[in-house]
Amino acid sequence: MTLAVPVTVDPTAPAARPQQLGRWRRLPLKAKVGAVLLGFFVLAAIIGPLVTPYNPSFQNPAPALSMHAPDGAHLLGTTQTGQDVLSQLLVGIRLTLELAFVVGVIATALSVLVGVTAAFLGGFWDELLSLLSNVFLVIPALPLLILLLGYLPQKGQLATILVLSVLGWPWGARVIRAQTLAIRNRDYIAASRETGESSWRIITYEIVPNEISLIAANFVNTVLYAIGASVALAFIGLADLNSWSLGTILYWAQSQQALQLGAWWWFAPPGLAVALIGTSLVLLNTGIDELGNPRLRDAGVDLRLGGRRIRPTDPTPVMNAAPPRRGPVAAFLHSFSRSSLLGEGGLGEGGLGDESGTSR
Amino acid sequence: MSAPTLGPVSSGPAVSGPVLDIRDFSVVYRTPGGDVRAVDKVNLALHPGEVVGLAGESGSGKSTLAYGACRLLRPPALITGGSIRYAGRRLTTPADVLKMRPEELKRMRWREIAIVFQSAMNALNPVLNVRDQLVDVIHAHLKMTREEAHDKAASLLDLVGIPRNRLRSYPHELSGGMRQRVMIAMALATDPEVVIMDEPTTALDVVVQRDILAQIVELKETLGFSILFITHDLSLLLELADRIAVMYAGQLMEVGTADEIHREPSHPYTKGLLNSFPSLRGPRRDLAGIPGSPPDLRNPPPGCPFLPRCDYGTDACTSVGMSLAKVSSSADPNHVTACPFVLPDTPRPPHKIRAEAPAAAEEVTS
Amino acid sequence: MSFIIRRLVFYLIAAWVALTANFFIPRAMPGNAVQDIMSKFPSLQPSAYRALEAMLGIGHPGSLWHQYVSYLNDVVHLNFGLDVTEYPAKVSTLLGQTIPWTLTLVGTATVIAFLLGTGLGIVAGWRHGGWTDRLLPGLMFLQAIPYFFLALVLLDLLAVNLHWFPIGQGYGQGLIPGWDWTFISSAIYHSLLPALTIVLTSVAGWMLQMRNVMITTIGEDYVLAAQAKGLSSRRVVFTYAARNALLPQLQGFGLALGFVVSGALVMEIVFSYPGIGELLLTAVTSNDFPLMQAIFLVITFTVLLANLVVDMIIVVADPRARAREGAR
Repeated sequence: MTLAVPVTVDPTAPAARPQQLGRWRRLPLKAKVGAVLLGFFVLAAIIGPLVTPYNPSFQNPAPALSMHAPDGAHLLGTTQTGQDVLSQLLVGIRLTLELAFVVGVIATALSVLVGVTAAFLGGFWDELLSLLSNVFLVIPALPLLILLLGYLPQKGQLATILVLSVLGWPWGARVIRAQTLAIRNRDYIAASRETGESSWRIITYEIVPNEISLIAANFVNTVLYAIGASVALAFIGLADLNSWSLGTILYWAQSQQALQLGAWWWFAPPGLAVALIGTSLVLLNTGIDELGNPRLRDAGVDLRLGGRRIRPTDPTPVMNAAPPRRGPVAAFLHSFSRSSLLGEGGLGEGGLGDESGTSR
Repeated sequence: MSAPTLGPVSSGPAVSGPVLDIRDFSVVYRTPGGDVRAVDKVNLALHPGEVVGLAGESGSGKSTLAYGACRLLRPPALITGGSIRYAGRRLTTPADVLKMRPEELKRMRWREIAIVFQSAMNALNPVLNVRDQLVDVIHAHLKMTREEAHDKAASLLDLVGIPRNRLRSYPHELSGGMRQRVMIAMALATDPEVVIMDEPTTALDVVVQRDILAQIVELKETLGFSILFITHDLSLLLELADRIAVMYAGQLMEVGTADEIHREPSHPYTKGLLNSFPSLRGPRRDLAGIPGSPPDLRNPPPGCPFLPRCDYGTDACTSVGMSLAKVSSSADPNHVTACPFVLPDTPRPPHKIRAEAPAAAEEVTS
Repeated sequence: MSFIIRRLVFYLIAAWVALTANFFIPRAMPGNAVQDIMSKFPSLQPSAYRALEAMLGIGHPGSLWHQYVSYLNDVVHLNFGLDVTEYPAKVSTLLGQTIPWTLTLVGTATVIAFLLGTGLGIVAGWRHGGWTDRLLPGLMFLQAIPYFFLALVLLDLLAVNLHWFPIGQGYGQGLIPGWDWTFISSAIYHSLLPALTIVLTSVAGWMLQMRNVMITTIGEDYVLAAQAKGLSSRRVVFTYAARNALLPQLQGFGLALGFVVSGALVMEIVFSYPGIGELLLTAVTSNDFPLMQAIFLVITFTVLLANLVVDMIIVVADPRARAREGAR
């Protein structure tokens, strides 16, 4: 992870209604790919440690097995001390994902709390909380994390979770605050206030449900940040070095000179796993973004004419004949298949319309 | 200086023909849920020096019609038929906008047909000052040195009554009214034949509105361009326009001179619109709106789209072909309506049981 | 002008928060840090222990306020104390030796990556929907790769196996740092692979971000208006779309700087590059707290300063920022 900047979500875009989120088929293709990929890793996290071929910590003293390339017995080779890399990887995926999800939950909860509170209280408290969020956004996270974790005597999973959560909320708080402000000014909230609904009820039942897609995107971003940060911290040694998270595997690979000794199977799999998990999260997030922000979604609408996709900046295309009107059932079936082809990358030739106007 | 395919002014076609002739024009939006028929076989002609008002509620297709005529609609919009014949004085022969190549389109845009957008704050580039934006337009179509362009920009501001010191201002530094005037100045920069005005005064307060409208009329008289004025405010058009076209659900309901539409509206929708706003003079009366909302244009019902909201509707309306026919009782020979059953003097049925809205609804339309 | 001043005040506040956090963290943490150090480095002078104790606030070195003031005083005088691992070297000296390396490498690579990524993003945004969209999943993957991991991969492929680049270090062995061409050319040669790593993975991020901003910007009315005016495509793309899209892009750059710098530091470790990254590793492995704290402060201040510079660029580029004097 480059501790990448989270994908931006436009807080002023109209929020998705809660019903829209159940529509799996409405999700763009890339979100589905991301979800499937992530699902694969989650599955690995759940089952992995139960099916490890060896005990990841088992050190095999046989010198022939030290830094051994992948073969039938060890699918991903062995480490310096003869430990099986695949087993470590399987355990690592679980530890890393576990940590990242917990941090995601805690930090997102904090973001929502701070963001909604700031938006609702307004005035001095809003200014203060906003200032605090902005300050912690601009202060680079990793050095501060290093400092915090460095001083803690225990650098295990729990400590890391705590430390990451403490620094993980500002981004989400800012975004949620903006969205809450926008919603708060809308008429139906004013109406609820007029009828005397307590602020608490307004928040829980009217504001938060409208921010679900924003909160979901925020959660994904936080998990992304947590993975990147924890792996980086572990890589420089700020973790429980006796446990097998993806970061600690990399730490050991680095400190045992895996690179110089040509043992690529030691550092490539865990790194690749991190990159793939990260990619899946970004894909998922882009999809959630498009769900919540109609403008991005419309920008992805695929209109083809004569095999060539029409860009937003082209003149409006002219077609010779409109396609025949479809009955409701045909239209439903048609939309079902087309929507699964919509999305980035121009996947599928099922473009919408061509010059001959033939029905699909 | 005019561009190659557009010839000199003098050899143009006869002045009496329309300068912009929209024939059988149809636009759909291709959405995953189906095709939305935003504009359905519309015929409209704009003559030199004429002000044609295009009235309708939001979603009626009036903006789609206007922007579509310049092919400025973004995907998923698709023009599915018709022709847009432009016959300006600078052209040696009339040209069909729908058949133009991109370069020709670029040359024609603004030079021949200019647009005044609804929200000037959004339509002006926030990072360029007024002079630069005016000069951009000038340089795109006219051959001038930088000095000449700057002078022209300054004189354009004079034209709309903005002090010259505003040339270096940025859009956010101007008031709403001033921004709109800048938009108008920009539209007139290359001396177009047709100016499309998309709700130019909707976002402004009433006093400024009147000012700007007066300015527009004055400029039209001086420079001689035609105006296609789009608005939902029919009352505005009654004063401003020569002819009015009323649009609903992507189709024209009624077209006639402003006078005729005002005194002798024929179509039920027009009547409803006229009943929706009070006149300054005259007896007090109850304001009636048009209850209900426009139809879903993805699966429009057969026959007349206005039927669900129409006071005069009968079962016969579901099989009516939506073509415009002359209003027999009208003094204006070009007064046409889409409703074959209702005339200006057709009395309103005593009470109508409608499925959608209660009879005594007092909702005011937009 | 007032925009810049307000931003400056903000950064000063942020700097103060960082300083105060730096001051309080050692005092707030459980465990006995001094004991750890003493057990790791039994040969340190008693004065070093006393200095450490003072830094950690142990043993009644005066009231908290008194400590705080003298701490701030030290920072202002760039007195970060004595290093533990390389005792009795001063922390500031160590930092001084390594900062130029990191600054040149990371600074140059980041700027190049930003310019390249933004430029590509403009194209991708404008041609949105075309073949450039096929690159998206690949770019997302590239962006998700940790800097240090890409470093490992590139080192393995290009240095260890293909011998195109040296396997780490800042300059050739046996060379003495100086302003002669031999040294400088060696330094440049050794910085190519690290720079490539930074550029490869961050270009993806900038490109994706600029593309998204461009797509949103193209949807704005003034771009449609620009097309309606018959302006040339070049003018519409650059002066109407890209120039406006650049503003959120720059803001994103400022926010991302912290992450970029952090990632680059960890990457330096892989290359054994003589920058702050190596110091960081040493500090962490040896619990060298003075060094850790100093590194934190230096990185934070650099990022804050860079953010201020970005803000100044934004002021130049955005007339609305200049005019933010209050309600208008």
